[in-house]
Amino acid sequence: MDFAFDANQLEFRDAVSGLLAEHCSPVQLRAAWENDNGRIPQLWDHLVEMGVVSLLAPESVGGLGLGYVDLVLILEASGWAGLPEPLVETAAVAVPLLAAHDPVKLRSVLAGGSVAARSPLDEHGVWIESCPWTLILDTDHAYVVAHEWIRTTARRSVDGARRLGTVEVESTQFRAVGDTVAAAAAFDRGALGFAAQQCGLAARMLHMTVEYAKQRTQFGLPIGSFQAVKHHLANARVALEFARPLVYRAAWSIDAGHPQASMHVSMAKSAADDAAHVAGRAALQCHGAIGYTTEYDLHLYLKRSWALARSWGDATWHRTRVGTALADRQTA
Amino acid sequence: MDLTFSPSEQQFRDDARAWLVDHVPRSPLPSGDTAEGFAAHLEWERTLFDAGYAVVSWPKQYGGREASLWEWLIFEEEYFRAGAPQRVTQNGIFLLAPTLFEFGTDEQKDRILRPMACGEQTWCQGWSEPNAGSDLAAITSRAARDETRGGWVLNGQKTWTTRGAFCTHLFGLFRTDPEAPRHRGLTYFLVDLASEGITVRPVERLDGDQGFAEVFFDDVFVPDTDVLGGVDEGWAVAMATTGSERGLTLRSPGRFLATASRLMDLARDPDRLVDERTRDQIIAAYIDAEAYRWQTFWTVTRMVNGNAAGAESSLVKIFWSELDVRLHELALELLGPHAELLDGAHSHWMTGYEFSLAGPIYAGTNEIQRNVVAERVLGLPRK
Repeated sequence: MDFAFDANQLEFRDAVSGLLAEHCSPVQLRAAWENDNGRIPQLWDHLVEMGVVSLLAPESVGGLGLGYVDLVLILEASGWAGLPEPLVETAAVAVPLLAAHDPVKLRSVLAGGSVAARSPLDEHGVWIESCPWTLILDTDHAYVVAHEWIRTTARRSVDGARRLGTVEVESTQFRAVGDTVAAAAAFDRGALGFAAQQCGLAARMLHMTVEYAKQRTQFGLPIGSFQAVKHHLANARVALEFARPLVYRAAWSIDAGHPQASMHVSMAKSAADDAAHVAGRAALQCHGAIGYTTEYDLHLYLKRSWALARSWGDATWHRTRVGTALADRQTA
Repeated sequence: MDLTFSPSEQQFRDDARAWLVDHVPRSPLPSGDTAEGFAAHLEWERTLFDAGYAVVSWPKQYGGREASLWEWLIFEEEYFRAGAPQRVTQNGIFLLAPTLFEFGTDEQKDRILRPMACGEQTWCQGWSEPNAGSDLAAITSRAARDETRGGWVLNGQKTWTTRGAFCTHLFGLFRTDPEAPRHRGLTYFLVDLASEGITVRPVERLDGDQGFAEVFFDDVFVPDTDVLGGVDEGWAVAMATTGSERGLTLRSPGRFLATASRLMDLARDPDRLVDERTRDQIIAAYIDAEAYRWQTFWTVTRMVNGNAAGAESSLVKIFWSELDVRLHELALELLGPHAELLDGAHSHWMTGYEFSLAGPIYAGTNEIQRNVVAERVLGLPRK
């Protein structure tokens, strides 16, 4: 048993965090809310150059040949930054599918393309208009469709950077990428990616609030010295502390091909959504009115966490899946 | 990262499981918080000791088998999975012993550890006083120097002492320098409860057992050899013990995984109607028990790699104590009108519930723990 990340994994994460601190600041995120596609110009190219997008692809096809354990910390860091790019959809969901089943498309993606995705549980995907491909994931099949073959209807998200679109396909002539098992595994990688981002978002909101509570004074004292405030933030820290290990464990289970990896992913998504909820509520409450404004940055992360909590299965959906898996284990 | 146990750890698990299946009493022992039950539990402790399972992680010379931290966790998982009896020796083996290993003299370790492990000597803790609960440093029980006899004379009162009415020994803090600031001037003493001048008055707990005691000290002599750590340095020594109590050593994940599994079994009973909301909460609690297991593995990996556990133990204490209450509340919800019954097949859920309710109170209330998390983990100002 060795439940820890190695130095390379931590260094890679730190490098990506550095990139995102520079290119995905709150100012740049606000600009994405206002621009035409919701994304940050050139940032995707940087992520491709660093190898983040191709991380899960084998070295033989130009990837890094690493695993989800290597990716999960990076996805968590992307949540911390509120990254408005289809990183989970492309790097975690699409790349391994294409690497196994469609090397031609994979080459285009690794050369800088991005893939939007629509999960079997959702009507819409995100950033479809700005991605050359869309991965349409059904319960038993996955299709990667070029942009010209789909029609989308734009929907407006509470998170201004998330440009949503429902998906209609112009043809029924597409060949599935991989089989039912591959589609199910792709779904799990997506759900876990958003769970990791939720941990990052929870950590970011908690961090912002701790810093604010240290410097904001009322009644002549920093509000962070008041027990009512302390206890809200302690609760958020507890929730995060116990969500993260489930997320990391699920990443390992995916890499190891563990027979219960899907259940582990669902445990992770449920716990991470809950942690983001607890952290978000505490953050807003402890900030008081300033946190309720859009001039202040908290809402950028809060609204992302609201969106992710209902994407790729909400906490209740994932708990139901855990319940079913446990019942199956019982009868098996 | 490798989340598998080695073949030798797996073998350790298989051996422990097989032994427990053969030896765990078929029907539950009477509560260890009664005189009769305490005696029955001490017999079980002797059985464990003779098989080398009483204190698996200790050195062999004291009755252990030098198991690694991982093996200790595995043993705990199997212990609770098997539904084995509560450990009435736990305050000794899990709280005092780690402190003895860290601060004790060789003479103290040789004299105390083995009798503790086999249940000959049983230890209770003397922290709280009538006016010192959460504010532990407010204790006023005194120890005065007795140079002639080479020791100390204790006076005062301790309270809420778990199993104080049945134990043979007590460890606790007494004020040796009344002039010093609150956290200084305290000394950690090991006291034989048979000493002259000690009066123990049992106190009935919420669950109806005489599980608490008040302990009165009236000119009780304790020799210098029963001071643990330095004179006036008791606070630091005691904090080492409370760190154990909050964290890993008292509440291993096996305990909550076993309770969560039994809760799932209860919910699966085909005669029971479980509404969607309750089912969702049960699964959430099960996931939390898993989360506790993996957070423990995360922490133990860090410990094995040489990092000390710090204020994080407060996070852990909040989580397990509130999870334990929730697991039992959900079971009572499933049992409906049967929940109140203290006889019958499911009565352990009510008694377990009563026990779980102590969790958010002892070892530093969860309000104190949240302050600790806020101040020492998050860095919020004390004032």
